[in-house]
Amino acid sequence: MDFNPGAVLAPVVDWLNANFHGFFAIITRIIETVLGSIESALLVLPAFAVIAIVVVAGFFAAGLRVAILAGFCLGFCWLAGLWEASMQTIALVVVAVAIAVAVAFPLGILAARRARVEAALRPVLDVMQTVPPWVYLIPAVMIFSLGRVPAIIATIVYGIPPMLRLTTLAFRGVPNDLKELGQAIGAKPRTILWKIELPAALPTLLVGLNQCILLSLAMVVLAGLVGAGGLGAEVTRGLTRMEMGLGLRAGLAIVAVAILVDRLTRGTLERKSRAA
Amino acid sequence: MESNEVLIDCQSVWKVFGERSKEAIRSITERGLTKREILKEYNCVVGVADATLQVRRGEIFCIMGLSGSGKSTLIRLLNRLIEPSLGTVRVKGRDLSTLDAAALRETRARHIGMVFQSVALLPQRTVLENAAFGLEVQGIPRDERNRAAETALAKVGLSDWKLRYPRELSGGMQQRVGLARALTADPEIILMDEPFSALDPLIRRQLQDEFRQLTKDLGKSAVFITHDLDEAIRIGDRIAIMKDGVIIQEGTAEEIVMNPADQYVADFVAGISRLHLVKAHSVMMPLDQWCRQSPGLSPDSLPRCSPEADIDALIGKITGTGSDAIAIGHGGTTVGVVTTRSLLLGVRGESDNRAAA
Ligand SMILES: Nc1ncnc2c1ncn2[C@@H]1O[C@H](COP(=O)(O)OP(=O)(O)OP(=O)(O)O)[C@@H](O)[C@H]1O
Ligand SMILES: [Mg+2]
Repeated sequence: MDFNPGAVLAPVVDWLNANFHGFFAIITRIIETVLGSIESALLVLPAFAVIAIVVVAGFFAAGLRVAILAGFCLGFCWLAGLWEASMQTIALVVVAVAIAVAVAFPLGILAARRARVEAALRPVLDVMQTVPPWVYLIPAVMIFSLGRVPAIIATIVYGIPPMLRLTTLAFRGVPNDLKELGQAIGAKPRTILWKIELPAALPTLLVGLNQCILLSLAMVVLAGLVGAGGLGAEVTRGLTRMEMGLGLRAGLAIVAVAILVDRLTRGTLERKSRAA
Repeated sequence: MESNEVLIDCQSVWKVFGERSKEAIRSITERGLTKREILKEYNCVVGVADATLQVRRGEIFCIMGLSGSGKSTLIRLLNRLIEPSLGTVRVKGRDLSTLDAAALRETRARHIGMVFQSVALLPQRTVLENAAFGLEVQGIPRDERNRAAETALAKVGLSDWKLRYPRELSGGMQQRVGLARALTADPEIILMDEPFSALDPLIRRQLQDEFRQLTKDLGKSAVFITHDLDEAIRIGDRIAIMKDGVIIQEGTAEEIVMNPADQYVADFVAGISRLHLVKAHSVMMPLDQWCRQSPGLSPDSLPRCSPEADIDALIGKITGTGSDAIAIGHGGTTVGVVTTRSLLLGVRGESDNRAAA
């Protein structure tokens, strides 16, 4: 006898489709709108102007080295002729990471405080992390059909576990005496969270964010398979047509985007925490 | 400065750790189980057992005990960082267990400061910001809190280090910042959990003297925890000795050294120098006893000292004057006599009048 979870899951997905169609349609609309506006904001100006803005902003937010690096990364995407695809990918990653962090951060803190929440989350996270990423795409496509929306949903799901795990780890690792200090001076729980725990947890949180960004990027590229557009589509095209040149260029552009997003977020957050 | 106002009043407080602590507590109240029985029957650790103590305004109260004796647990019960399993803790007359979260925060912010063994400075903040942190979380404007922090830092001698980060400071200096942080909020009571234990002996002595001086000058009260009896004696007005969660003796250093409650305390005080600790009134023999022993001699012919003179001073007197007895009294009245023999016994922590007393 075969045990086939798909046989159980497929009807569930069908049922969801039938009964929550309106709900999913709204989600689709929202995501499309947000993505579309970020994308068009990135594409409305000529490439060199965007690069200049990012370099200047990067300089003020994260320092000279990050600014130069950002300039190089974006410059490469532009010169490789992949500007539009890169911007689409960046928009996808930014939105996916923002949502993944918004979900994972509070859940991670909760799990760090309550052992029971963590015990409940652990098996779910284990499954989410071990299932091969493209498997997520199947139910996502079944519900949201092809395009950017299933891609971003699958990416969010894929980006949540590392962020959540490392958030829990980070808050667990805050020295107990610092938390005690907060209580002993009569600080409110919220003050303890923001002024004591968060700064102490930040280095580990940044590792989590970095993991989240890189995994999301990998997923977004993979999602080129389901018509998410962007660099993923270029890689897919390179693969299907056996165009080594295109595949390599798109691959390097992905690396450039990864470095760009990672260094910019890290540099900004690190500097902010030092200033606070 | 000394008054009798009780700032912290801790009555029969118990703390039992463990999953079945509720049942354990019930059997303690109903059946009077001991610590060991509790561990065996309920697998619960008794951290503090039936502790009663009072801290008065202006006094430094030391709690001394070895590792695991429950000192940290006890001091955390005093500001309710740990909830007592049984008993009440009153701070300035208010039962802590009746306070809601906001009132408790208020009490901690205003009345009871705390200094930690690990110092617990925030690494990403400067010395000044650390010192001002207590006021910052209370929402005091920056100028005002910085002014208070600067004053406190000046008191601990760190004015020149305001803009440095904790990692740039030595251990002793960091501990001073911890103290300054507690002083900035200007609480009446400061709880100190082994603040100097990690420091080397010289710095430690220096900080002990500074701390005692500062506390007395500012009129603060303090509960000071240490595992070192020497430190307790140097700093404390009164000392409580803890063992296995129980306060086995409480009193002034002199009382403890002269009358240890049991063998455990006796072993502890065995190595302590009595020279500056034991006063004339605890080693002298009553006047009539001396008169009986030395008929024909009048106490008026002897050199005189006050009852508060310590053994060191008495030895000085005897060696200086060549007399082998000293009359002890205030003003014109003589209350007793210290002989060479009673002095020697006093150095060993025994007293000539114990049989009589
Ligand atoms: N949160 C806790 N859960 C369970 N047991 C605890 C807890 N905190 C303390 N204990 C136990 O209570 C007892 C007293 O511990 P406490 O930390 O108060 O000792 P201490 O006198 O401060 O020792 P040290 O000098 O090592 O700091 C110990 O046996 C310890 O194992
Ligand atoms: Mg301790």
